[in-house]
Amino acid sequence: MSGRLSVLAAAWVVARRDFTAILFSRSFFFFLLGPLFPVVIAVLAGSLGSRVDASQERPVLGVAMAAADVEALEHARARLAPALDEELPELVAIRWLAEGESYDPAQALAPGKAKVAAMLTGSLERPVLTGPGGLIEAWRGPVAMLAAQARSGTVPAYPAVALEPVTRSDAAERKGRFATAQGAQTLLFLLTMMLAGMVLSNLVEEKGNKIIEVLAAAVPMDAVFLGKLFAMLAVSLVGIATWAATAGLLWLGGGIAPERLPDPAVGWPLLIGLGVVYFAMGYLLLGSVFLAIGSMATTVREVQTLSMPVTMAQLMVFFFASFAMTQPGSAVEIAAVLVPFSSPFAMLARAAREPALLPHVMAIGWQVLWVVLLVRGGARLFRSRVMKSGPAGKAKRSGFRLLRRR
Amino acid sequence: MASNLEGPPLAIEAQGLVKRFDGFTAVDGVDLRVPVGAVYGILGPNGAGKTTTLRMLLGIIDPDAGTRKILGAERPHDVAHAIGYLPEERGLYPAMKATEAIAFLGALRGLPLKEGRRRAHELLERHGLGYAADRQIRQLSKGMAQQVQILGTLVHQPRLVIFDEPFSGLDALNQGKLERMIRGLAEDGTTVIFSTHVIAHAERLCDDVAIIAGGRVPFAGPVDAARDRIPQQVRLETRAEDGPWRAALPEDARREGPFWNFSLPEGGVEPLLRALIEGDAGILSLSIERAGLHDAFVAIAGEAAARALEVGGEQEAMR
Repeated sequence: MSGRLSVLAAAWVVARRDFTAILFSRSFFFFLLGPLFPVVIAVLAGSLGSRVDASQERPVLGVAMAAADVEALEHARARLAPALDEELPELVAIRWLAEGESYDPAQALAPGKAKVAAMLTGSLERPVLTGPGGLIEAWRGPVAMLAAQARSGTVPAYPAVALEPVTRSDAAERKGRFATAQGAQTLLFLLTMMLAGMVLSNLVEEKGNKIIEVLAAAVPMDAVFLGKLFAMLAVSLVGIATWAATAGLLWLGGGIAPERLPDPAVGWPLLIGLGVVYFAMGYLLLGSVFLAIGSMATTVREVQTLSMPVTMAQLMVFFFASFAMTQPGSAVEIAAVLVPFSSPFAMLARAAREPALLPHVMAIGWQVLWVVLLVRGGARLFRSRVMKSGPAGKAKRSGFRLLRRR
Repeated sequence: MASNLEGPPLAIEAQGLVKRFDGFTAVDGVDLRVPVGAVYGILGPNGAGKTTTLRMLLGIIDPDAGTRKILGAERPHDVAHAIGYLPEERGLYPAMKATEAIAFLGALRGLPLKEGRRRAHELLERHGLGYAADRQIRQLSKGMAQQVQILGTLVHQPRLVIFDEPFSGLDALNQGKLERMIRGLAEDGTTVIFSTHVIAHAERLCDDVAIIAGGRVPFAGPVDAARDRIPQQVRLETRAEDGPWRAALPEDARREGPFWNFSLPEGGVEPLLRALIEGDAGILSLSIERAGLHDAFVAIAGEAAARALEVGGEQEAMR
């Protein structure tokens, strides 16, 4: 009934087991929740903040002037309100002054007594604003307009202004796309780093379960390696989809539109598609290295120690790719595209800035080649290091010794 | 199957297998010929190279030198679907249910999952573990988990089964059960190879054994041939304490209570008997016993290896 499995079929058996086991584990649930907390908090805080902003009372400008001036100001505000309501301060008459009477605005603004944010005194010809610096500076223009309107007593005709939007200038567009590229690159880096580490913990757990020998006896190590790598990639994509969907729902539910990033050069659908492909490439490249490391380590502590240099190197790669983004067309950018570990980051940034698609086809081919090479190399190292027996083997199993020798 | 012009077809044929780890030679030129349908024991103390040899045969690791042919294939993974393997360090996914664990082990050997689940239920029922079918491995005792793994080793009905120290960790009752299972497999024509440092298991079960010590195989062949490596043992009780008959005893004769124990002289039993009677020994009893596998092991592998074997056995018993 049983028959020989090809490498891919064997990898599928391993991947299916890993995928379902991780997906339905409690730890994966908590893993999903982890990054959601900041998203939820950010969205809730944003939502709350906007509601607080909306519900706050508008600051009121108190007026203490001659009765005629106060009346003229109120009429002027009423006339201008349909066109400029948001820009004009609310007016409250504090005092109608008799001729020759003076008024000290400070008494209306005294701490504990103030019902207004600022005071307008003087006359329509020489209005005086008293209040906090920032506020009166903001009200200077509207108050001048109100005073002029009140003095003239006429209703100016406001012509309708036709809107003719144009594409942004080249410089503004470049700047906007740079921001999109930077955002995409950072997101890719964070996801890759966070999720590639999962491969490591999975492998160490497997070694702890001592199941690895059963797998190695039944299927080629390449299949074990591939199966684990792709299972974790699938798990990562589930995680990303969950986080993206949750963030989307929260934004919709919270009634907040995310700050709109400028459109990327290849368009949003293609950028997202390329993002998924480059994430997969970056993940597989880094995951291969982490798996190879995992084969050398026997404890979580060893894994942490061994993976630290890789993590730091990956950080350097990210900085390199970020720097390359600022030097389009330069040798630095070409180098970032060619170095396999920085290539996905550099190319995703490029997708945000440049519309040409052929370089992506070539870059993906190049990255696939490196994925294959690294998976093969990693599997070979994995195979040679993961299974050892005998006194010397046990004593020298540690990856530290391997590193010292090489 | 490997060609074997001089005898029965071979399930395993290995020549000059060598494996070094960081300068240490774990296996140093091992030759093995395991006939199809045999129950074959690999005997040796801990660290002798048994597990490394099995791992090379299974393709888990590659030998640094030598050749291997398993079920006729030079690449063991090509016939993985026909092999069952129970490693010394047992391992199952703790969160998996017993049925799923068995089916998964079958799937790794090419058995469709659905069929694997069906067979898993059947096997668990047949071996009195039906009640544990839906329990997670972490909920089972160590012995039960080990039995589940053994069933997983057999679920795809392999032609060759390799057990690495299968009796360790099992209580006496389950050891007996496993012995019966191995006999049953042999009756069905399955080749069974197992490594052990408990000679009694090998003595009871095996047709052939390989004695491995220090990474080498000083003996490989039928159990009887191993025993024949050392002379038969004579146990003699006499009425006379001393007399001319004493000259008939060989040099290795030693007194143990009322008995004399010694190797049967090369001439055989008749000249010995004649000399004892003529020398007025007054024979009360005389028995000739064939050497046990343990004695054969001592004679072949040496005292040091035998002591290491005994230490391993005691440690196992203490566990």
